[in-house]
Amino acid sequence: MQSLGIDVLFKGTNMIRLLKGLWVSVEISLISVAISIVLGLIAGVLMTSKSKLIRFIFRVYLEIVRIMPQMVLLFIVYFGTTRVFGMNISAELSAIIVFVFWGTAEMGDLVRGSIQSIPKIQYDSAYALGMDKFKVHFLIIFPQTIRRLLPLSINLVTRMVKTTSLVMMIGIVEVLKVAQQIIEANRKASPNAAFGVFAVVFFLYFIVCWPISRLAVKLEKRWA
Amino acid sequence: MSELVKVKNLHKEFGGNVVLKDINLSVKKGEVVVIIGPSGCGKSTFLRCLNGLEEIQGGVVTVDGLPVEPGKKDIVNIRQKIGMVFQSYDLFPHKTVLENAILAPIKVQKRIKDDVIREALELLDKVGLADKKDYYPRQLSGGQKQRVAIVRALLMHPDVLLFDEVTAALDPEMVHEVLQTMLDLAKSGSTMIIVTHEMAFAKAVADRIVFFDRGEIVEETKDVKQFFEEPETERARKFLKTFKYEE
Repeated sequence: MQSLGIDVLFKGTNMIRLLKGLWVSVEISLISVAISIVLGLIAGVLMTSKSKLIRFIFRVYLEIVRIMPQMVLLFIVYFGTTRVFGMNISAELSAIIVFVFWGTAEMGDLVRGSIQSIPKIQYDSAYALGMDKFKVHFLIIFPQTIRRLLPLSINLVTRMVKTTSLVMMIGIVEVLKVAQQIIEANRKASPNAAFGVFAVVFFLYFIVCWPISRLAVKLEKRWA
Repeated sequence: MSELVKVKNLHKEFGGNVVLKDINLSVKKGEVVVIIGPSGCGKSTFLRCLNGLEEIQGGVVTVDGLPVEPGKKDIVNIRQKIGMVFQSYDLFPHKTVLENAILAPIKVQKRIKDDVIREALELLDKVGLADKKDYYPRQLSGGQKQRVAIVRALLMHPDVLLFDEVTAALDPEMVHEVLQTMLDLAKSGSTMIIVTHEMAFAKAVADRIVFFDRGEIVEETKDVKQFFEEPETERARKFLKTFKYEE
């Protein structure tokens, strides 16, 4: 059998560079996820609004997000806005904007679904106990919504982490880009590096995403 | 005897579809009124009008002299005087049995937690569920859930209790335990308005029978025995016949 090419990672600072790249991916996801959750909660509540207009606007927003590939959105924000609006936003900020734009829509839809899945009788019996609107939502509806929402939103988080691999297309040096650089630089010395290095990248993504999705399964079981 | 619940000329419609027309009814303190009638006759809607869960389009509902008006701020105070138990799924699934029971007395009525807990445990013991206090609703049978719901309503110290077909979603063997709990309550002097399809229970518990059909009160009588043997109206007779089987 030929060499797997993992050895290149032990040359110089290659492994550390790869981990730093991983951190860039995780950082972009963490920031985006945090903002998306907050905005998504608001969006989700608005999606259940009585106003037809507001519901329609969010419907359109959600459809746009679902239809547009994330990469196209990245290009529009990063390359497009610089020209049209004369703004010079960094690649990292562009990435966060796009992921928040996407995450808010998806998160909002999850929140909407969770709120609407609470049976009407829960409102009735809370009101019948003399609770005011605030208490009904804060003590009864909101906690139940969160329990339904958490496992679903964790799945969204893992999807967002994986999708950060696209940001190298706008020049961000994240884990996948570092991997490519390492492979390029060692093409002569170890031609098999592509296999070994990408396998390690796969493993790194696994280390980040697996615990998150295990947590989702656990919460789902506990609160089902 | 004072009139606790008073309904005058109640009119209710859903978008032009009249479901209750010109209902008049008053319930005295300590009285047990049982409402029966075919499905869709408006009896559940009527019950929901009594504690302001439904808007009404005409007439007046008063409880303890206070008008029941949904949307007004005062409604939360009036609702505390009216306990209500629903058909099913009305316990809060994210709270244990004990938490379900004590939530509103503590958060709404601002009573002292230790006192409320002590009283809750006494009531749970009375309905035979003291050992289930730390269970979640999903760990209970349908009949147990309904008994917890009754305890939860009682703990608010309401003046009147409303029961909206509380056994309709239960397996037959669970029905009895719930009805027995309600019978005990009736004996202890609680004021109750009960919507039910259990005729034998209605006969046993009622001080007064109110028969609803197509959104109006067709027959109303204190002579409960007479009603079930020989009702005055043809519509009531027809309805009661649907519970009998002839060989």
